[in-house]
Amino acid sequence: MKNLLSLALFLLIAVSTFGQDKVTLTVESWRNDDLAIWADQIIPAFEKKYPNIHVVFSPTPPAEYNGVLNSKLEGGTAGDLITARPFDASLALYQRGYLADLTTLPGMNNFSAVAKSAWVTDDGKHVFAVPMASVIHGFFYNKDIFKKLNLEVPQTKAEFMQVLEAVKKDGRYVPIAMGTADMWETATMGFQNIGPNNWKGEEGRQALLKGTAKFTDEPYIKTWEELASWAPYLPRGYQAVKYSDAQQLFTLGKAAIYPAGSWEIWLFEKDAAFDLGIFPPPVDRKGDTVYISDHTDIALGMNAATRHPDEAKKFLEWMTTSEFASLYSNAVAGFFTLSNHRITLKDPLANEFLSWRKTCKSTIRNSYQILSRGDQFGAPNLENDLWQVSAAVMNGTMTPEEAGKLVQDHLDKWYKPAK
Amino acid sequence: MCNRRDFLVFNPRTTRKFPFFLVVFLAPAVICYTLFMIYPLIESLRMSFFSTTPENKTVFAGIANYVKLLTDSDLAPRFWGALRNNFVFFIIHMLVQNPIGLLLASLLVSKGKGRSIYRTLLYMPNVLSVVIIGFIWQLILNPLWGVSESILRFVGLGKFFQPWLGLPEYALPTIALISVWQFIGIPMLLFYTALIGIPKEFIEASLVDGCTERQVFWRIKFPLMLPTVGIVSILTFVGNFNAFDLIYTMKGASAGPAYSTDIMGTLFYRTFFGQQLQLGNPNMGATVASMMFLIILFGVLLYTFAFQRRVKNYQL
Repeated sequence: MKNLLSLALFLLIAVSTFGQDKVTLTVESWRNDDLAIWADQIIPAFEKKYPNIHVVFSPTPPAEYNGVLNSKLEGGTAGDLITARPFDASLALYQRGYLADLTTLPGMNNFSAVAKSAWVTDDGKHVFAVPMASVIHGFFYNKDIFKKLNLEVPQTKAEFMQVLEAVKKDGRYVPIAMGTADMWETATMGFQNIGPNNWKGEEGRQALLKGTAKFTDEPYIKTWEELASWAPYLPRGYQAVKYSDAQQLFTLGKAAIYPAGSWEIWLFEKDAAFDLGIFPPPVDRKGDTVYISDHTDIALGMNAATRHPDEAKKFLEWMTTSEFASLYSNAVAGFFTLSNHRITLKDPLANEFLSWRKTCKSTIRNSYQILSRGDQFGAPNLENDLWQVSAAVMNGTMTPEEAGKLVQDHLDKWYKPAK
Repeated sequence: MCNRRDFLVFNPRTTRKFPFFLVVFLAPAVICYTLFMIYPLIESLRMSFFSTTPENKTVFAGIANYVKLLTDSDLAPRFWGALRNNFVFFIIHMLVQNPIGLLLASLLVSKGKGRSIYRTLLYMPNVLSVVIIGFIWQLILNPLWGVSESILRFVGLGKFFQPWLGLPEYALPTIALISVWQFIGIPMLLFYTALIGIPKEFIEASLVDGCTERQVFWRIKFPLMLPTVGIVSILTFVGNFNAFDLIYTMKGASAGPAYSTDIMGTLFYRTFFGQQLQLGNPNMGATVASMMFLIILFGVLLYTFAFQRRVKNYQL
């Protein structure tokens, strides 16, 4: 018995010392859904190139991720590579010294400033994560209904309203599948979707950050007015229609248009029994520049306390290549690489979304960088305010002017832009 | 000679001996209660007197958190709004849940077939998960595929259908009524046990004396049930001011539309844990929790001193 035990011990030691020339990197993530994609596609592709590095993808459920990660980092048990949420959550980790500075990582120049904006310090000098993917906003439409009613894909706002009116007149379908019950869709898929055309994308977003533009300005009021004008075309009782109701309404073929984000591709292609089409947010006049919300959503950083910084950096560097860009964007339809690499996607809808980057100007949601920090005392921050007022405007319980005033008043209270 | 006084004096040795078995018997409850109830409560009260600086340092803040919660132009409307909504929530329960519970209990003690089946059925929602209840009722009231509109139309009231859960003026009463539906079994059972505990002799005697059924109820049964009425009220009060789950399931932490369903529990959740891009503030969250504790404490004290001490408990 004793002999057996010592033999086992010897074998264990032998195996572990043997394995030591192969370094294991652990990836912390909240993307449970991507487990298979990492295991079957991403990790094998990387390990083929770097046979002496072994990568383990170990996700935590999304709702618990921030908390679990924080305690792991504090306890020194976190993995080598850390999936980073956009903006403040990750910035706080960097400031407390948990995330390594990756500014000088080779390959970082494959990303534009907008792409990196979610994982840089406020002064823009230090980058602490490699951007992985973004989601793009726009509209899905039911091609069958459009064909049946002889409708053209709208390019301008006037055409958009004409389409809605035509669908309503026909009476068989709901013009726009959207509800206000969950509130976030009105802000995310409404306000942040059509708004960039009014506030000229990055120009308007930067102006808000600099304090030279306010939510009481015309572009913002106009955006809420447009949202309010959708109300007659929403499903009956839209005030109590939830996000999942709207999704079902559209996939059942009962609605013509669905204001969306690219992450819906997967579900819609699976559930919809009709031809899907997409179009970018309509503009004022034909030929105007289209601004799209190309929102930075996910990145990968390096644990500052990792025991294998060189290997971790090799992985991050590989993530900046076109190989990873194409692999990831193809595996997760609707999540697009943030790099400048030209990649081709197999999914036609995803490809169309991606093609907008060539013809339109990208921006991100204006409430995400800095402006949603709030006073840190639990008073509603900008993002929460935008949910509340956008839903209220669409419900007709608030005017666009009131909405702008409320949001700006709350912002003015704590945000003092650098002059 | 035997001195009688000697006989009465206790042996000092036996009185001094500490009854250790008491400690042994009390220990499990005292330890569990202290560890899991009293300590967290005190810790949470303590937290509310501190604040965290941007450098992640904890500093003593006195009552600054309370002042901010009650006066800040952004935070105070949320607090007072939540408190007001919570009272509305409580009043609806008191006016609907408890009288109906009493009515059902009196029906259950009267004669009739299938009483035990009804008793079980009426108690059923209580054992269902809140998530299921929230889901079922959202589906029933859904304006797109809910059955409520067709039912209303069937009885000719179709024009009264509204997307209740989405309208600021209706959302809270709707959720309160769903909660009433869920919890009706508790007051019903408590009243039921109180009713069957009333000796038949009293009722028979009063009937012989010429009381009507109504008089029997109000003059004999109800006064004897008053302690139960008190207990049901205080249970409703504590339950309602701790409520959170149903609203969180149906409306999320933002308790929309326009904070119309926001009660203390959801306000606490948002401030303590944060929401979406908003980072939580544990100190302010603890302040909200302490306010909840104070409100409930005040209610319970009011009940103990103003009601429980005055109400007569009859030995039946």
